[in-house]
Amino acid sequence: MHGISPLHYLIVSALLFSIGVTGVLVRRNIVVILMSIELILNAVNINLVAFSHGHHHVTGQVFALFVMAVAVAEAAVALGILIALFRNRGTVLADELDLLKW
Amino acid sequence: MIEAVLFYIFAALTLVGGVLTITRRSAVMSAVWLTVSLLGVAGLFLTLGAEFLFVAQIVLYIGGITLLFLFVIMLVNLDAAAQVRQFRRAWPVVVLAGIGLAAELIALLIKGKVEWLAGSPITPGNSEALADLLLSHYVVAFEIASVLLLVALVGSVLMGQQRKRSKEQVEG
Repeated sequence: MHGISPLHYLIVSALLFSIGVTGVLVRRNIVVILMSIELILNAVNINLVAFSHGHHHVTGQVFALFVMAVAVAEAAVALGILIALFRNRGTVLADELDLLKW
Repeated sequence: MIEAVLFYIFAALTLVGGVLTITRRSAVMSAVWLTVSLLGVAGLFLTLGAEFLFVAQIVLYIGGITLLFLFVIMLVNLDAAAQVRQFRRAWPVVVLAGIGLAAELIALLIKGKVEWLAGSPITPGNSEALADLLLSHYVVAFEIASVLLLVALVGSVLMGQQRKRSKEQVEG
């Protein structure tokens, strides 16, 4: 077994990204869909840090930090919206929110 | 050698946690497995030499976002939601598409020729290097990110207050 290159990390990142995309598309519960979005953002972060490691430069880690900040903001607002949604519609299933469908 | 072992342990944690996150029936179990997956990602950051991001990942994601998810699961009554069908009817198609996407990405990654710099960058003081870059070259983006966090804070509080305000409007 030879050494671990950044390519290994990129493959883990690709797999995690695919898991997240599958989760967004397959689940009905909005809470779990939001969790899958967090998985996708984490896959992006692994990618950025792996490139930062492979090119011996810290910029990728700065970007990963910004991704984290935006992810936190997104999670806070999305969960606030979710609570308001549950109060108004009484459901957390994505396919029951079809007011705009005709 | 120890690097390889640690990498495979953390990669397994990340991927198994991710798969269980999207397949568990109960949202609480999903949140728990999400925590495991995020811990695996934190470990991967550590093996890549990104100590600051490792700590930020644990404090922000595991301490912050997972807790937020658990609070929302508690506030939003999910007992009724756990009784019904959890997956869309077209789930086999979606799973096939996900596997196809993964295969395509991995094929592209393996075919692509990226020149990696040899050796591992010895960075004693990863946090210092990060802070230097963050507060010099990316200082504008840093300030914008702080404003964004403030807006998100106010926005989420406003979302939580919605019902009380609309009741006052109805009475008034």
